[in-house]
Amino acid sequence: MNHEGLNPVPLKRKFFTPGVIVLCILALNAVVFLAIRFLFGLGAVTNLNDQYPWGLWIGVDVAAGVALAAGGFTTAALGHVMHREEYAAVIRPALLTAMLGYTFVAFGVFVDIGRWYYIWHPLIMWNGNSALFEVGICVIIYLAVLYIEFLPIITERFIGKVNLPGILSKLNKIVDKILRLLDRGLSKTMFIFIIAGVVLSTLHQSSLGTLMVIAGAKMHPLWQTPILPLLFLLSAIAVGFPMVIFESLIASRSLNLKPEMHILSKLGAMMAPLLGLYLAFKIGDMFIRETFVYLTEPNTASVMFTVEILFGVVIPLRMLLSQRVLRSPALLFTAATLVVAGVLLNRINNFIVAYTPPYAIESYFPAIGEISVTVGFVAMLVLLYRFFAIYFPIVSLPGKPATQAAKYTVKGVK
Amino acid sequence: MPGKSRRDFLKSSALIGAGITGLSSSSAKATPKNILSPDRMGVLVDTTVCVGCRNCEWACKDAHGLPAGDLESYENRKILEQKRRPDPSALTVINEYSPGKYSNLPVDVKVQCMHCDHPACVSACIVGAFTKEENGSVIWDTGKCIGCRYCMVACPFQIPTFEYDKAINPLITKCDFCFDRTKEGKLPACVDICPVEALTYGPRMELVMIARDRIRRNPDRYINHIFGEAEVGGTSWLYLASKDFNDLGFPELGKDPAPGVSESIQHGIFAYFVPPASLYALLGGMMWLSKRRKELEQEEKI
Repeated sequence: MNHEGLNPVPLKRKFFTPGVIVLCILALNAVVFLAIRFLFGLGAVTNLNDQYPWGLWIGVDVAAGVALAAGGFTTAALGHVMHREEYAAVIRPALLTAMLGYTFVAFGVFVDIGRWYYIWHPLIMWNGNSALFEVGICVIIYLAVLYIEFLPIITERFIGKVNLPGILSKLNKIVDKILRLLDRGLSKTMFIFIIAGVVLSTLHQSSLGTLMVIAGAKMHPLWQTPILPLLFLLSAIAVGFPMVIFESLIASRSLNLKPEMHILSKLGAMMAPLLGLYLAFKIGDMFIRETFVYLTEPNTASVMFTVEILFGVVIPLRMLLSQRVLRSPALLFTAATLVVAGVLLNRINNFIVAYTPPYAIESYFPAIGEISVTVGFVAMLVLLYRFFAIYFPIVSLPGKPATQAAKYTVKGVK
Repeated sequence: MPGKSRRDFLKSSALIGAGITGLSSSSAKATPKNILSPDRMGVLVDTTVCVGCRNCEWACKDAHGLPAGDLESYENRKILEQKRRPDPSALTVINEYSPGKYSNLPVDVKVQCMHCDHPACVSACIVGAFTKEENGSVIWDTGKCIGCRYCMVACPFQIPTFEYDKAINPLITKCDFCFDRTKEGKLPACVDICPVEALTYGPRMELVMIARDRIRRNPDRYINHIFGEAEVGGTSWLYLASKDFNDLGFPELGKDPAPGVSESIQHGIFAYFVPPASLYALLGGMMWLSKRRKELEQEEKI
């Protein structure tokens, strides 16, 4: 199927730039702290204790990571389920983000749990009552689905170009044949995985909200509500497109491409109603539970809640209602960044700021080790994104005629 | 060709539906043992009787193979000047508070797992390692534990603790109600050693009656509140006191079981996989329709 102007190609840029070297240093710094964590235990690098069992790694690496990778399922729903082909160009970058994002969510869980070598236990030891079990199982399956959705990009990159070194070159033909077979099979069945991906996402995005419900009174009433799963789902859906815009504009800047404003403006226009819906439930919940009284107490919780709502939802919502913002790359980028930061802050608030255990001696603040690992994971993610964008057909170059490669673009949805 | 792929589509959708139904029947059993026996045991802690000798702390460590030291060293009351919490080296601790209405002596409160009737940890544990046993104990299988510490997030009494300084096999620790001792017909170690009978071990239902009786007979001695009778749906350990429990380091909790809301949300979302399966069907339908619309548009063009 040919899409006009859709032509994902490897970008053929130099991988190393000064910025990339900085990212490599940040990533190496994380590796050092991770080594300490695995040699001497969680206590050696984190400020976690019996009062605060969960900290930065669960709040940001896992909870925010899952939310910010939501672009994968929202664009898949838009492009594949609703067949809005005009958005096809953003699907692959969003898929790449989701795949890398969830991979690092898994890494985040892996380093945070005390017995990392038992990470496979939930696969065979089930507890249907546990929200965490449901999140875990869904994330594992979804990660597998994302890898499957990504496979056609790998096959497309290598079909007809398999060139193994030395003695292995005898296998070139067979590998090529396997790739072609895989590609044919995938293109017939891909729709199963695409729908499964959307269903799995709605399930675990909401269950991530259920996680803190059981903490009950240990969570500040500004955030503790039985509709947390709904708020988590709505905010994840609302942050999907902003994340795509945010990344697309950064990528086009750093890889020296023309911003795809014709698509991004349309995505931006869809952000306002989604944000509005989230805001309506958030404010409605606040009034039904009459928690606005806590906003008058000047403390960390009320300030963080206000910042989250005002800068993360209200201001970008107002911005996105203006045509001028939607057409300007700089303003659209600002609005998208605010939404992304707002959802990031919301997850931090829910998992860290709102958590007020009854016997806490002093409140939790992440240690250097925790911050280093989180920053390092983000750096690794960006490096891998750059690697894939440069060596694999991810980014579509506008204007060029569709080549033969384009026939692999939208798998299974012919 | 489009016709064939549509048939494929329906076929695979039906297969997935069948797969999901198969899953749901097996997952219905996938919840940990959580027995609420009418004969479950409990302990009544009378804080007006406790003298703060801390013998229970020693006996608990001794029974659980933790370094306990000399029993004599526990006579040092200096440690009672600070408020302590159970940790991996001590599964129960005594804290001391200013006198209540009954006497001029300080009030001593033993802290350990309350062994809830509807335990949040049992509901929360990702691998179902926690169980509520028939005799009332809330225990856990260390072999299953992945160290995620969600039980610590969930517990309304902030009881489970974790060995943050161990790189390999860090343990979740808490009071296990001396499950291994009571199995053999012995008393829990703390109850066994208590020299003043501040701790009464027995069927929880009878303990509630005893507690009510003590309050009725000595209204000057006790406030009219049995902590644990109703809190978070009831606990196996019950407390009597001469002053408000909030002033004795107890958290203020409602009567609803801690896991109630999250479990009903969880089961509402899943409900035998009907909502996810319906969503799958709905999205599949939408995909098929939008594809068909596109095809018709293309045919018209030709």
